[in-house]
Amino acid sequence: MKILSKEVLSDFQGVRVISMEILAPRIALKAKPGQFIALMVNKDGERVPLTIVSAKKDTIRIIFQEAGFTTKFLGRFNPQDSLYAIVGPLGHATDVKHFGKVILVGGGVGIAEIYPVAKALKEAGNNVTAILGARTKGLLILENELRDASSQIFVATDDGSYQRKGFVTDILKELLEKDKYDLVYSVGPIPMMKRVAQVTRGFNVKTIVSLNALMVDATGMCGCCRVSVLGQTKFSCIDGPEFEAQGIDWDELSQRNRVYQDKEKHICNLNKLF
Amino acid sequence: MPKPAVKTKEVPACERILGFSEVTCGYTQEEAISEASRCLQCKDPKCISGCPVGINIKQFIKQVTQKDFAGAYYTIRGKSNFPCICGRVCPAEYQCRKACVLTKKDSPFAGTDSINIHFLERFVGDFGMKNGLMVNITPDERIFGHKVAVVGSGPAGLCCAGELARLGVKVTVFEALHKNGGVLRYGIPPFRMPRDILDFEINYLKNLGVEILPNFIVGKTNDLTDLFKEGFSAVFLGLGAGVPSFLGIEGENLCNVYSANEFLTRVNLMSAYEFPKAHTPVNIGKHILVVGGGNTAMDAARCALRLQKMNNIKPDTTIVYRRTEVEMPARRLEIEHAKEEGVKFRMLVSPKEFKGDDAGFVRILRSLECKLGQPDASGRRRPVAIEGSDFELDCDLAVIAIGLQANKVLTSVTPEIKTDKYSDVIVNPQTMETSMKGVFAGGDIVGGEGTVIEAMGMAKKAALAIKDYLYQLPIQ
Repeated sequence: MKILSKEVLSDFQGVRVISMEILAPRIALKAKPGQFIALMVNKDGERVPLTIVSAKKDTIRIIFQEAGFTTKFLGRFNPQDSLYAIVGPLGHATDVKHFGKVILVGGGVGIAEIYPVAKALKEAGNNVTAILGARTKGLLILENELRDASSQIFVATDDGSYQRKGFVTDILKELLEKDKYDLVYSVGPIPMMKRVAQVTRGFNVKTIVSLNALMVDATGMCGCCRVSVLGQTKFSCIDGPEFEAQGIDWDELSQRNRVYQDKEKHICNLNKLF
Repeated sequence: MPKPAVKTKEVPACERILGFSEVTCGYTQEEAISEASRCLQCKDPKCISGCPVGINIKQFIKQVTQKDFAGAYYTIRGKSNFPCICGRVCPAEYQCRKACVLTKKDSPFAGTDSINIHFLERFVGDFGMKNGLMVNITPDERIFGHKVAVVGSGPAGLCCAGELARLGVKVTVFEALHKNGGVLRYGIPPFRMPRDILDFEINYLKNLGVEILPNFIVGKTNDLTDLFKEGFSAVFLGLGAGVPSFLGIEGENLCNVYSANEFLTRVNLMSAYEFPKAHTPVNIGKHILVVGGGNTAMDAARCALRLQKMNNIKPDTTIVYRRTEVEMPARRLEIEHAKEEGVKFRMLVSPKEFKGDDAGFVRILRSLECKLGQPDASGRRRPVAIEGSDFELDCDLAVIAIGLQANKVLTSVTPEIKTDKYSDVIVNPQTMETSMKGVFAGGDIVGGEGTVIEAMGMAKKAALAIKDYLYQLPIQ
């Protein structure tokens, strides 16, 4: 579980997005697009889920934004350092097959999570359109990689500092109005995915999102990551993390994701990470 | 009339709720001898048949009376690899002690006069631990060198691994979590099962040559076909029943409604009671409700009350149960300890709905009152909700402890293994062999939610069958 390499993909006013290559031969052998790992930085660490962005022979790559305590702590790790625990690959793999024309919508660090799916869907013969969104130009990641993994690409920034000013969903709506698509796949912040689901509802297009619920064991034994989908309770870690976007109780998900907000602030302050 | 049973000392409730250290002190040497000498040494000892792994209780108790503690230790070790664990967590009042001749016939659990077999076992186990007593490996040449994979490091897996290792089989245990022990680690709190003792008992297996690989999910990291390809001759599945059941009522996904598994995993496995030194948080309420009546509910309630106390919140933790105390499946001792510590009990309650505030946090549990009706399949009287008896309880944190189901991570990718309608693995009850050749199973994945010692009993049976199975294979 040694870190082999580390790259800061973006650093905007202290908010960093970091890519790490980690030695994990067994996980690398089995990992498929859409799956994730659970990771502990040290023996006192919490277990956090992170998407497997790519897998080579013996290594997996993860990409994370320094958002809370554990991601900031992880950001301080360097090549040759070892992590305490990594387990995976977890969750269902993405259903990769020939759909036809697909749109992938990635927001923020979610771009890293649509990248393996884009690659796999392109290899499966799909016509792939990627829509990337970032708050600002300095936070945009993997643009070139996604360009290679798709037939066409659009970028939107909230502040208009790069490409189009506005939201990914504006672009999505225009595309769907112009043409017929067979699949929309989206990963990003909850408000973004919720809006994606609202936009696609009127167009009768299959829409898949990969949810980012809080997790503990990530193997189905606790239900921390439970979400309501069409009125039924599902565990994101074993039933997902991907779900059909229509019917997800987005408000419940975003409330549940805030359940430890105070404690998160407290531990960050104590460790002077904010 | 027999002499009254010798009690063990306990840390007073007001002290012990300030932390997570062990409640029961265990017998001193004098207490152990005194209790052991109450044993009638029956010609036909029923207690042994009450023990799922068949410990020669009569003999080890006799050895205690003779001060031959080492002898007693080896007597127990002949049948069980984990006396320090079983002596602490076995529900003895439903097993060996219930079978003790000093328990009155037809009693639902052991009488107070029955011999405290579990405390004696604990004393002997702790004696062996303190004095570094070891059991030798007695290799069986016919199977020596074979590799067996054990999936899951809970009580069943550890027991099976120990039995096989003592025969000279090379055993590798695959554990999904980062620490071993299964429910002994994530479920049972340190105040019932101190972590140094748990570590000692598990490390004992490592001395027998057992390898335990953490962070390894068979069914994800690899699968059963891979294991056979990697040279394992047989596989034992001790996956447990780790998927929590929920009530299925409105509001159950509100913030601060936990499954007992999540709450206990955060507290016990992830040490959330030491937050922020340990990084995993757990929330603590002012009014905590724990729904259920089993050991898991007692553990959750006692952890919750300790968290309140440790955080200067006036303890207010209530167990909400739909039957009455008599029907509670929890160990009597745990119920007593919970009461002493100040856990409140509210019986005959049927939860109907959790109500929350605008931020999505739970605030109230609305319930109906129940009365007891006719006995159900379990033989216990069924709770019947009384229409119109609605009432509300303040609740800013709830823990649901109403049972567990099989985890399907492995079986869902292994169609060769047949399961029943509860997703439990179907086995030949004589050999514990599954429908897949060379794959055996035991513990909660077979029997549904049971006890630690029942799991060990099944694992022992499986280990014997695995031995016979290996006999038929070419020598490695």
